[in-house]
Amino acid sequence: MVENIFTSIAGSLRSVIDAAGAPLLLNDISVVLLKVVAILVYILVSALWLVYMERKICAYIQARIGPNRVGPMGLLQTAADIGKLIAKEIIIPRAADKVVFLLMPVLIFVPVLLLFAVVPFGKDMIAVDLNIGLFYFFSIASLSTIIFWAGGWASANKYALIGSMRAVSQMLSYEIPMILALLGVVMMTGSMKMSEIVNAQQHIWFVFTQPLAFIIYVIAATAETNRTPFDLLEGESEIIAGPFTEYGGMTFAMWFLAEYGNVVLVSALATTAFLGGWLAPFGWTFIPSWVWFFLKLYLMIYVLMWFRWTYPRIRVDQLMNFGWKVLVPLTLANIFVTGVGMYIYRAIGW
Amino acid sequence: MMQTQEITLNMGPQHPSTHGVFHILLKLDHEVIREATPICGYLHRGIEKLAEARTYTQIIPYTDRMDYLAAMLNNTGYCMTMEKLMEIEVPERAEFIRVICNELSRIASHLIAIGTYSVDIGGITGFMYCLRDRELVMDLFEEICGSRMTFSYMRIGGVAEDMPEGFLEKVLKFVDYMPSAIDEYDGLITGNEIFQARTKHVGIIPPEVALNYSLSGPILRGSGVDWDLRKKRPYSVYDRFDFEVPLGTRHDCFDRFTCRMKEMRQSLRIIRQAVEQMPEGPVMAKVPKVIKPPAGDVYLEIEGAKGMLGYYIVSDGSNKPYRVHVRRPSYINLGYLSELCKGWKIADVVAILGSLDIVLGEVDC
Amino acid sequence: MPGKEMTVIIEEIREKFAGIDVDEKMTVTVPAADLLSLMRELKENPEYDFNFLTSLTAVDYPEHFTVVYNLISFRHGHTLMVKVKIEDKEEPAAPSLTPLWGGANWQEREVYDLFGITFTGHPNLRRILLDDDFAGYPLRKDFEWEGGRV
Repeated sequence: MVENIFTSIAGSLRSVIDAAGAPLLLNDISVVLLKVVAILVYILVSALWLVYMERKICAYIQARIGPNRVGPMGLLQTAADIGKLIAKEIIIPRAADKVVFLLMPVLIFVPVLLLFAVVPFGKDMIAVDLNIGLFYFFSIASLSTIIFWAGGWASANKYALIGSMRAVSQMLSYEIPMILALLGVVMMTGSMKMSEIVNAQQHIWFVFTQPLAFIIYVIAATAETNRTPFDLLEGESEIIAGPFTEYGGMTFAMWFLAEYGNVVLVSALATTAFLGGWLAPFGWTFIPSWVWFFLKLYLMIYVLMWFRWTYPRIRVDQLMNFGWKVLVPLTLANIFVTGVGMYIYRAIGW
Repeated sequence: MMQTQEITLNMGPQHPSTHGVFHILLKLDHEVIREATPICGYLHRGIEKLAEARTYTQIIPYTDRMDYLAAMLNNTGYCMTMEKLMEIEVPERAEFIRVICNELSRIASHLIAIGTYSVDIGGITGFMYCLRDRELVMDLFEEICGSRMTFSYMRIGGVAEDMPEGFLEKVLKFVDYMPSAIDEYDGLITGNEIFQARTKHVGIIPPEVALNYSLSGPILRGSGVDWDLRKKRPYSVYDRFDFEVPLGTRHDCFDRFTCRMKEMRQSLRIIRQAVEQMPEGPVMAKVPKVIKPPAGDVYLEIEGAKGMLGYYIVSDGSNKPYRVHVRRPSYINLGYLSELCKGWKIADVVAILGSLDIVLGEVDC
Repeated sequence: MPGKEMTVIIEEIREKFAGIDVDEKMTVTVPAADLLSLMRELKENPEYDFNFLTSLTAVDYPEHFTVVYNLISFRHGHTLMVKVKIEDKEEPAAPSLTPLWGGANWQEREVYDLFGITFTGHPNLRRILLDDDFAGYPLRKDFEWEGGRV
């Protein structure tokens, strides 16, 4: 019963509308709207939770306690922060390009929202099960690069300019290893459909058959979401806050919420492609599939946060060296080995 | 036809990594520094001028405020200079207490240097751990003189008051605990590959250049020159202790950083030996209430946390000095910054400045 | 190798440079014209080897300025204080030691900033601790300022 709670809600909505005698189109549109609302609610709640989670994890790693005043155990801290940020004045520098300056924090949410459509939250719980789900994921994800860059450029601030240039070079460079790492998974699945990728892991998760790809994917994902050790975009001790230097109040909050949205997305992709998605390990299906998905998702997010509070920051030329000269050849080697391995397995008849 | 342009970037005076109000004017060619002009003086308070209008004992609080991260050492340097001028002999117990306070202050200063260096490179957790342990040193200082940062504990002729009951046991407890904390920093910061990649082979200072530019302290020792005033020109009771002086081999930022880590361990050794050898006796020599040194001048240097800390005092026979000049190691070490930054990237400026370990109170005086 | 004793070094310098004065604390006072050659001799002669300029400052006496230099020889462990008297109080000037020691650069700028003593031959003699357009030289005894204790 709990397993199918979401699909049954959608099903009952359909039957209600059918019973009212509405045309099929209206039925479809209402279910789509329901999915959109569900995803939006999830994104907002998860952003609130993730900020709190980050601060608590950061604090415990640093031998402190973290937020513990606002609400029980500090749970309402993020709500208080959002309230404060909404009340702040948005200062627009005189030399800034006003339209672009104010448009970018809004636009940064567009890729995030578009991409949640292909995340498989559980069995039959994917909003739109595209044939080219993975391909769609990467093509939309690369749009956020230009939005980061435009935000920094429009700020008319030298620190923002340096930050946005770093954004372009970093995010472009690390998309290649990310995509190539997942090519191994696509080869083993034979399809780019998200639900197929999860189904292909029924016998063994891809993290065990593609360990190198998993590690490279996690590194590239950390770089894509601008988290330490690759957070030179907002390298606080050098270029203050990079492209976000001039943004204050709610605009600043939007950039950071979008960043947390990105963290959820790359972790969701890692879970889907490597950790078996919503599949239950050891056949423990008494826990619903979407609960498994969230457990694995938050485990991945925890690992990303763990990295952030342990490692120092890498330098820009070392970043480029590492991405192009180390990760890309390794992923190509991984694809080669996967291909050879698959051919041998088929030939032996494994 | 694409053209690139040199941009001028102001790093500071408000900047998270300049260790205070300090301003570097950078001329950048994308990320590479073509020229770096340090501009200091934002914290200039005219201490040398103020000192000419105060009595000799009233100057002691001023010395605290210069290098406020290692204030006991400043106090000691000034008092020792006055004692040399007036030819006062300090009682042994006071000398041992001075050594313990000096070395604790050195550890506190190095903890900040290491912690802030870790933050500058990006690992905020290292900073939190260093400050947590610095709290223990601050607690010890609060016990002995009531203050956590600006102590004014030393007097001309000894120390202000004897140690409270149980102080030495607490010091020993700290000395027993600290090596495990330093091991933790070694694991978290020193051993981290990203940290090493950011600091190795960056900002190399060859030993001849270090000598030419009058650099001192961990910078000089990181460049391989074996010069520690506690060993070469032993003052106070340092000749009774057994400790080593760490040196660097690659002369880069990483070497200066590891010199500081190792110096902390050696300071712990000195403190333990000082506690074991602590004699009984008075803590203050017989010094007249109104201090009127003979006319003349004197110059004395001690090994401060950041380098050689020197005081030059000119007396005209009255109870106020004619001139007080402080040889400030951070100021002199900073003189080499503009040469050192050329050709590196913005991120390296932060790494280099952190390895020079300046404190603006001392730079600007 | 054990170097010469300080007394021997002082005797030798007295012979080489006629105009210098030595007091009982072995502080050498040299006329400004001989300063650079004396410093060069002290630094480059391997028997003296005063390779480290540790402190450079100035004092404003009623009749003259004095610039005070402190040298250290790392190899032999000697220390030496050298003073230069500048009689001209209107436009004081002294030769700069920047050709010999890079460490003199910032210290001379500080002395220029606070005393107004010009160092001839300095590559970049500008104010360092005070504002670029500050009027006056604060550490001089006749510097007028408002408020505070005298």
